[in-house]
Amino acid sequence: MPPPFAVPRTLETSSPLHAPAPHESGLKHASGEALYVDDLPSPPGTLVGHIIASPHAHARLVRHDAARARALPGVHAVLFAEDIPGENDIGPVIHDEPLLAEGEVHCVGQAVALVLAESAALCREAARRVELEYEVLPALLSIREAVAANAFLSEPHTIRRGEPEAALATAPVRIEGECMTGAQDHFYLETQAALAVLEEDGALRIWSSTQHPSEVQAKVAEVMGLGRHQVVVEVPRMGGGFGGKETQAAPFAALAALGATRTRRPVKVWLNRDQDMVQTGKRHPFWTRFEAGFSEDGHLLGLKAELISDGGWSNDLSRAILDRALFHMDNAYFLPNVQVTGRVARTNFASNTAFRGFGGPQGMYVVEEVLNRGAERLGLDPAELRRRNFYREAPAHRTHYEQPVEGNRLPRIHAELMASSEYTRRRAEIDQFNASSRWTKRGIGYQPVKFGISFTTSFLNQAGALAVIYADGSVQLNHGGTEMGQGLHTKMRAVCAHELGVSIDRVRVMNTATDKVPNTSATAASSGSDLNGQAVKAACETLRERLRPIAARLLQVERGEAEGLAFASGQVFYPARPQRSVSFAEVTQAAYLAQVSLSATGYYRTPDISYDRVAGRGKPFHYFAFGAAVVEVEISSLTGEHRVRRVDILHDVGNSLVPSIDRGQVEGGFVQGLGWLTNEEVLFDEKGRLLTHSPDTYKIPALGDVPEEFRVALLQHAPQEDTIHGSKAVGEPPFMLAIGVVTALRHAIAAFAPPRTEVHLASPATPEAILRAVEAARATPR
Amino acid sequence: MDRLRFYLNDRLIEESALSPTLTLLRYLRDRAHLMGTKEGCAEGDCGACTVAVLEQDGKGAPVLRAINSCLLLLPMVQGKRVYTVESLKEAGKPHKVQEVLAQGLGSQCGYCTPGVAMALLEACHRKDMDEPWKWDAQMCGNLCRCTGYRPIREAVVSVAGLGPRDRFAKALSETRPESMALAYTAGAQRFFTPASFQELWDVLDAHPEARFVVGGTDLSLEVTKRFTEPPLLVSLEALPALRTLEPRNGGHRLGAAVWLTDLEDYAHATCPPLERMLRYFGARQIKNRATVGGNLCTASPIGDLAPVLISLGAEAVLLSRAGERRMALEDFFVDYRRTALRPGELLAAVDVPAQPVGARSLAYKVSKRRELDISAVSAGFRVVVDAAGQVLEARLAYGGMGPRPARARHVEQALVGQPWTEERVEAALPRLDEDFTPRTDHRGSAWYRAQVAKNLLRGFFQETLESPSPRLEARHSATVQVR
Repeated sequence: MPPPFAVPRTLETSSPLHAPAPHESGLKHASGEALYVDDLPSPPGTLVGHIIASPHAHARLVRHDAARARALPGVHAVLFAEDIPGENDIGPVIHDEPLLAEGEVHCVGQAVALVLAESAALCREAARRVELEYEVLPALLSIREAVAANAFLSEPHTIRRGEPEAALATAPVRIEGECMTGAQDHFYLETQAALAVLEEDGALRIWSSTQHPSEVQAKVAEVMGLGRHQVVVEVPRMGGGFGGKETQAAPFAALAALGATRTRRPVKVWLNRDQDMVQTGKRHPFWTRFEAGFSEDGHLLGLKAELISDGGWSNDLSRAILDRALFHMDNAYFLPNVQVTGRVARTNFASNTAFRGFGGPQGMYVVEEVLNRGAERLGLDPAELRRRNFYREAPAHRTHYEQPVEGNRLPRIHAELMASSEYTRRRAEIDQFNASSRWTKRGIGYQPVKFGISFTTSFLNQAGALAVIYADGSVQLNHGGTEMGQGLHTKMRAVCAHELGVSIDRVRVMNTATDKVPNTSATAASSGSDLNGQAVKAACETLRERLRPIAARLLQVERGEAEGLAFASGQVFYPARPQRSVSFAEVTQAAYLAQVSLSATGYYRTPDISYDRVAGRGKPFHYFAFGAAVVEVEISSLTGEHRVRRVDILHDVGNSLVPSIDRGQVEGGFVQGLGWLTNEEVLFDEKGRLLTHSPDTYKIPALGDVPEEFRVALLQHAPQEDTIHGSKAVGEPPFMLAIGVVTALRHAIAAFAPPRTEVHLASPATPEAILRAVEAARATPR
Repeated sequence: MDRLRFYLNDRLIEESALSPTLTLLRYLRDRAHLMGTKEGCAEGDCGACTVAVLEQDGKGAPVLRAINSCLLLLPMVQGKRVYTVESLKEAGKPHKVQEVLAQGLGSQCGYCTPGVAMALLEACHRKDMDEPWKWDAQMCGNLCRCTGYRPIREAVVSVAGLGPRDRFAKALSETRPESMALAYTAGAQRFFTPASFQELWDVLDAHPEARFVVGGTDLSLEVTKRFTEPPLLVSLEALPALRTLEPRNGGHRLGAAVWLTDLEDYAHATCPPLERMLRYFGARQIKNRATVGGNLCTASPIGDLAPVLISLGAEAVLLSRAGERRMALEDFFVDYRRTALRPGELLAAVDVPAQPVGARSLAYKVSKRRELDISAVSAGFRVVVDAAGQVLEARLAYGGMGPRPARARHVEQALVGQPWTEERVEAALPRLDEDFTPRTDHRGSAWYRAQVAKNLLRGFFQETLESPSPRLEARHSATVQVR
């Protein structure tokens, strides 16, 4: 296998593209100089905005009286729904989510009032003095309860192909059952934060920790009854997002805006960890019932599944998340006869929201559960069973929604990874180990991933950039994407420096701001580099073409030769005569004197995508990203604890823009998936109150949970057509590689049971879930 | 009246009007405007607020220790030197730990990174980073949601024990310890750190309602999570007699104010069961502040030291102006979060006796996550087996199984006098259901607790077949190390 991160350098050696590099803010992170919203210098007079949240899962708000709170010195205002000048709504797609409760509360943690005071302690004291009278109403506290009450937030969405009923009726091996996947808290290390400052004419400037500044701008404008031109939203950087700051940063920014306008003082709203975990939505839990039919040799002949997600109390992005779950029900496998139906249930929990993978992991989990049960029943190696079901050449290469699976790299990835991970040898060794080990068993799992890249709401696939060159040749780059740690700015800076042929330290990536690049989409759906990269490239190309004739004049090259001028290493030169060059700064200075504009916008929209939701047919994705993992675990039958011994990943990011950044996304995504599937357990009490509202009780992976051996490689020589410099998206797909942990755990658990026993392992696979599965396996009659 | 007095990044700070329950983290961000130190959870569970404090270890040697500033009340750094992430660069040049993190892509979003850097700084200056498990243990108190930890692990491996000649090395060699003694009042709040027992008894006579504190890793949560302002705290940190940590009568004396980091170091050579419990007791930052006495006196049913010490036959040494009294440690725990301490009395030490010939002993902690978690079930076992293979004595202590840590008396009775065999252990195990009725909560169900409690004894039997007190492997798969 080639060395994993040494990408062949086919371009000019001075280009930062396709070469490993540190994170653009790495040293600032490590020195504490990197600023997040809560670190920005507060303007004089800044007030603290404190949210009074509902203590009930469902209740009528009968009476509210804040007179005693307002009387407290240092308290500037206590605001309720009636104090909102514009529309009391913060729903991103469907207008079903009041910013402050009106008459009724629908979950614990829903915002009821906003206290504005000179300190957090004063806010708390004021909040204690606000009199709120509730009449508690019955609440829906599980998907099953919601289904029983016929409480839904969407109509069913069905995708169907072939004749699943007939296929199931004749399949030699039938499996039916149900599975649940749980919620997951984003646990970004930086909690939700916003700072709002009132400017002239009622305009607002807002610093927000958000993945979607344009939506924050739009929602603030609606809530305040302003035009969007009167609201500027700026994002310095985020201390993690993972989807949790796509829609759900907006309410806190809007409350800060409301407070700033009402008190005419700057207002900061910052949630502490417990508030953040209680008040914000999580990854959607899914409950699925399925029927599947296999041939004796492990082909999945027919599949019917009904997926119900827990949307929480309002829509948020639940429908799109459900759609993506349905789109990924196939994962890497050709399903000739299939019907998948999905619906969003309404419950009395915080509204669930985007989270890395956006429904993809939940959909994929279902088919992987089906395949695992099939492999166990048939006594087949689950990796081989998966390979047999892979998408193949045309015509069996169309998804269940009829998008061709073009550029399918899974057969290649599968072959390379099986060899490099020595899967077959290790599986045999593990079986030997298990035969001689009484209390401890090992397991190995294989997980391929195919993930569709694009927003499935097609119009969102657009991006803009604004590149500014100063006369001294230094560059400011603005683009519509936000930096949440994923390294987007590092990549965009590399693209810009490459196009202009300057070194990266001559390019400064500016804070994302709605007054620089308007009408942007969220930095989400793994699309940040794909979309913004093309926009940055377009802006820089425009500028380079403007500079070309200037440089030609300075170099006194023939007019016909101007087209061939190279921009590299901070110089402009004719490649045939590299010894004669002019510096980029000389060219820009000359351009300035020649009255040439040195700023330009760039714009990009993804071509050729569309989806007909009614028919369940179309091409929602620009392309597919691929990857695969082999995972080895060990479990204890005494405590149910497990350890991941080794992980091998081979992942397809096309020709990586910055391989070191992509490796970080692959590793981080995998470990986050590992958390979702093992120890991250979101639990509520019988009144709908979150029990796991801090890291004391909610356990994301710690350093000791990561694989002892973690071998990650990027697929080499894999340029993707029609993308930014041949690269592919990476943010979400690796998350789902972690499902291989489940397959490995099942292998280990099955070692306690007679052959061909189906394992019953709940998700997340906590020590208790594993111990229960082991006890059930042991109890299987031989 | 005394002032608060400490050094922040080598600058002397003196304050006289601040609340004594203001945390160092809030002071750094709100008063000193040092924004590098982050609040991620305000409960010592994420490490984003980690700073380094120069102080003396149990042997009196100067050390630099990584500590969660969110749980440190300002009077707890009286006379000490506090360093934040802003102190790492010298003359504009990044410190080694910063270079390693940046070059190795040890940060993505960067929010946990200042805390990671400060935990790495401690690793740099530790002289005992000689075993691989210590790398994980050093960093397990720093949660990172982005990187997947591989680069952070590589960072600690590359800097551990490096001993760079930086400003911290200079401070370690040059700094003379200053007094922690303090009598501080601000508004209605008071904080005393007496330097002698005489002063302590006088304070207690005048203020019988005083609450004791040392590390504050438990008590500070009342401030940071429940937003209370305890009116009167008395710190026992400046009483050297409570710091005793030494062999005694063939066993050990563990002073109540001994930091768990020092105890772990001590137990490594002297007491394997105690070392095993301390490995997963908590994060490095917590063990750098938490004490023996704090863990026992909070009397939580899931306090991790209680089961192992009870199983070893430890005695509590109680001290008051009237003198000393002793009791078996299991009798120290009266009920849920209630101890046998009387007003004006404190826990001075725990005496662990010499272990009998034929003793097999181990301790276990089972939690959802191996590191940095609270037990679902914990256990300390000691069984004394004579030359003929008969059980002479069994002390089986559990945490997490009831309102207080307690012994499984029925199981013990079923074992004593019997041969120490797998059959007899199996025969005795059902009696555990007579000893405990565990509850269901977010850490585990009653079924899980009961099942694991039994399995731990099964595992203990298997594990001690060949060695009476085996050590933990570097990266073992489970609490119980049996194949």
